Amino acid sequence: MLPYLLIPVLPFVGFLVVGMFWPYFRGKGHWIAVPLIFASFFLSLKAFFDTLNGPSLHFVLYDWIHSGHFDVSISILIDHLTAIMLVMVTAVSALTHLYTVGYMKDDSGYDRFFAYISLFTFSMIMLLMSDNLLELFIFWEAVGFCSYVLIAHWYERKPSWVAANKAFIMNRVGDFGFLLGILLTYTTFGTLTYSEIFAKLPQHLHDTIRVLGAFNGLHASSVITVIALLLFVGAVGKSAQIPLHPWLPDAMEGPTPISALIHAATMVTAGIFMIARLSPIYNASPTALSVVAWTGALTAFVAATIALTQRDIKKIVAYSTMSQLGYMVMACGIGAYGAGIFHLLTHGFFKGLLFLAAGSVIHALAGEQDVFRMGGLGKIMKITFPTMLIGSLALSGIPPFAGFYSKDLILSMAFQDGMIGHVFWVIGVATALMTAFYSFRLIFMVFSGKERFSHDGHHGHAPHESPVVITIPLLCLAALAVVAGWLGERYDIIGYLAQDMTIPHAVGKPELSESALKTISVMAGVVGILIAFVMYGRPSELPQILARMFQPLFRFSQNKWYFDELYDLVFVRPTIFLSRLLWVEVDKGVIDTAVNGVASFCRFGGAAMRRIQTGQIQNYALVMALGLFGMVSLYLLIK
Amino acid sequence: MVPLSWYVALSSLLFLIGLVGVLIRRNIVIVLLCIEIMLNAVNINFVAFSKYQHVIDAQIFVFFVITVAAAEVAIGLGIIIALFRLKETINIDEFNILKL
Amino acid sequence: MQLAMFSYFGSAILISALFVLYFRNPIYSAMSLLAMFMHIAGLYVILEAEFLAGVQLLVYAGAILVLYLFVVMLLNVESRGRFIQRQTPIVVGVGILAVVEISLLILRTRFYPELPPIPHPGVETLGNTETIGMVLYTQYLFPFEIASLVLLIALVGAIVLAKGKLKFR
Repeated sequence: MLPYLLIPVLPFVGFLVVGMFWPYFRGKGHWIAVPLIFASFFLSLKAFFDTLNGPSLHFVLYDWIHSGHFDVSISILIDHLTAIMLVMVTAVSALTHLYTVGYMKDDSGYDRFFAYISLFTFSMIMLLMSDNLLELFIFWEAVGFCSYVLIAHWYERKPSWVAANKAFIMNRVGDFGFLLGILLTYTTFGTLTYSEIFAKLPQHLHDTIRVLGAFNGLHASSVITVIALLLFVGAVGKSAQIPLHPWLPDAMEGPTPISALIHAATMVTAGIFMIARLSPIYNASPTALSVVAWTGALTAFVAATIALTQRDIKKIVAYSTMSQLGYMVMACGIGAYGAGIFHLLTHGFFKGLLFLAAGSVIHALAGEQDVFRMGGLGKIMKITFPTMLIGSLALSGIPPFAGFYSKDLILSMAFQDGMIGHVFWVIGVATALMTAFYSFRLIFMVFSGKERFSHDGHHGHAPHESPVVITIPLLCLAALAVVAGWLGERYDIIGYLAQDMTIPHAVGKPELSESALKTISVMAGVVGILIAFVMYGRPSELPQILARMFQPLFRFSQNKWYFDELYDLVFVRPTIFLSRLLWVEVDKGVIDTAVNGVASFCRFGGAAMRRIQTGQIQNYALVMALGLFGMVSLYLLIK
Repeated sequence: MVPLSWYVALSSLLFLIGLVGVLIRRNIVIVLLCIEIMLNAVNINFVAFSKYQHVIDAQIFVFFVITVAAAEVAIGLGIIIALFRLKETINIDEFNILKL
Repeated sequence: MQLAMFSYFGSAILISALFVLYFRNPIYSAMSLLAMFMHIAGLYVILEAEFLAGVQLLVYAGAILVLYLFVVMLLNVESRGRFIQRQTPIVVGVGILAVVEISLLILRTRFYPELPPIPHPGVETLGNTETIGMVLYTQYLFPFEIASLVLLIALVGAIVLAKGKLKFR
């Protein structure tokens, strides 16, 4: 038990030590945090091999709440899903820690940063290991908090804390639904532990609930569907699906290691993990599944179209993350949980790689993030360039890189899922084409062609390759991005994961053969790369011409489908208007007037009554006499 | 025989005179004298009722009232002397420190 | 006869009481009060309370009033300015109201007629002073002792107040 317990505890110790004493470390915090996280990684590997062919591990650490029929324990559950996720999370986290040593060097919040990413890693591990919904929710919130403080790491800069607030508030919206889902789960099943919920699931399949009962709504919905959809709202927030996605691109204001670790590889995948973990609930509700699938497909497509025209290197990668998350959610929605998790894992490696490489580029150019001011870096950055190329190839689904296996698996699963599945497949292929295009647009803009950056802006010396602590994580992740997909395919990761999850739909006969499907998806990737090469691979006027030809579409994409403007109009402005109204009219107008009125009444009343108090004892005696004879007159009048 | 009501009327009028004196006089010694008048008005009532009702206890009460009056005078005059030392006056309206 | 006596003592009491209010000089007021006390003592006599009449003369006229005169002479203050308060008109109004009210009350009240003399020979034979003594030292012994305590406290209090700054330490 102890080795497994140490997996989350070691990062937590790192957080406590570095977090409590960070002013004393003076830039030496990594000597504590990095070894601990690597130890945690190796223990995760051990846990993975321990559970590889054996049963899942389950320890109850202690009974947290024991009240009537409500029992919640803090437990460690390591089944196959958790074990493989643990390996990915701790691996990316460990490499990111290492990368941070180089990337955040000379940052004033260096040690604080280590404290928080250690706390994040701890929370993420506990989230994966939780065996009940409440424990999951606590660490779900904990990773959200870590995300918040890390986005706002440079809190002196306004965009940072604005983005942090945005991420936090948008996640609150999702978490509210998630919490409602947990409450409904408890009222329905009387337990929050996964295994007990799944055991009781058949009894409640036909239960109904009147969602709008409080408003006399008569429509009765399946309670399982309502639970699944409410929980999915939480996943929508956490995994940046439409319509709660705008926080993710803005979160790129945070330091790049955070973008790689939290906003690409781990935290944002918590939603997909949750859906996969609760797959029996989702399997019981075809309605919820189709909502999940459509949300994912829509997100994948929309994010890909936005990524086509962005200029900020991190935003491009962020939108591609969102798009890939959409893929995973879509995979879960069509019941292909295994494929979704597989893609999650490979994506964790190659997207972490892409972010870290992008960070390396930014580091080399001293903070420059606009791809139109880069170019020609391939000659200079001899390690970053190939690793980023590998990441992009993996993202584009070109064999034999990791993305090919997982993405192709999702697409073929979608294709086999009947008519609707064909639609998803078409969306997926279109998205894959766009993904390849914008990935290689980025590659060509950054690493080939003329140098568009100014030399004098960079402390007077030319862009350079990053130090070795940055390039080692890049190389490790690149290696993983190459082999992860092949390993997954070779050792049947789907079968491994299927031990914990059931795939609901009978796999139909594909109308196209497996190889044909593979060819089509690879073709899409290759075509995307070719288009990118034609437009950006060499000096050309083509991009400008196309932008002018499709001016409205171009603007629509560049402005991110106007989501921010829409939310601003629908939610932010009315809220501010209402708050201002309440402040000026209600608070200042009504409440302040009432309070001040009481005060001035007392003041003027007191000033008036003060004249009565003369200090003359005979005045007081006269009043007494008046009272006495007044009462006597009253007596005489009544009697 | 004089009716009891006449005694009551007499004592009431005497009491009122004492009360008016307390309320209008400015000299604190006179105010104290007027309080004596009021006490005597009460005593007249007691004695009259004692005679007319054949209750000797009322006269005992008069005895106690006289005792209390003596005590009150002793204390009251002591206070007046203390006040005079403080303010060099015996005008009651100049003692308005109750206002503070 | 009794009516004439009552009329004399009653009117004398009221007039001397009014003089207490009327005189500007405290000495004169005190002298009027002395007259009032004496007439009250006379009233006590016709009410067959001879002991109280004696006490009235001894305690009030002999002790209390002398005390007043001592204090007045000790302070010896020239009274300057007005000698009645500003609130006098209101007080007079209240006084008139009170007179009306009291007359109404007395007119409305039905007093018991005078009870016949108690046919108890033992009590009857005793004089007023003896009766009071009997009751005071038997039934009212405890209040009597309390009264003596009140006087003692008043004595101490008067000394403390009049002496001014006492050195307690």
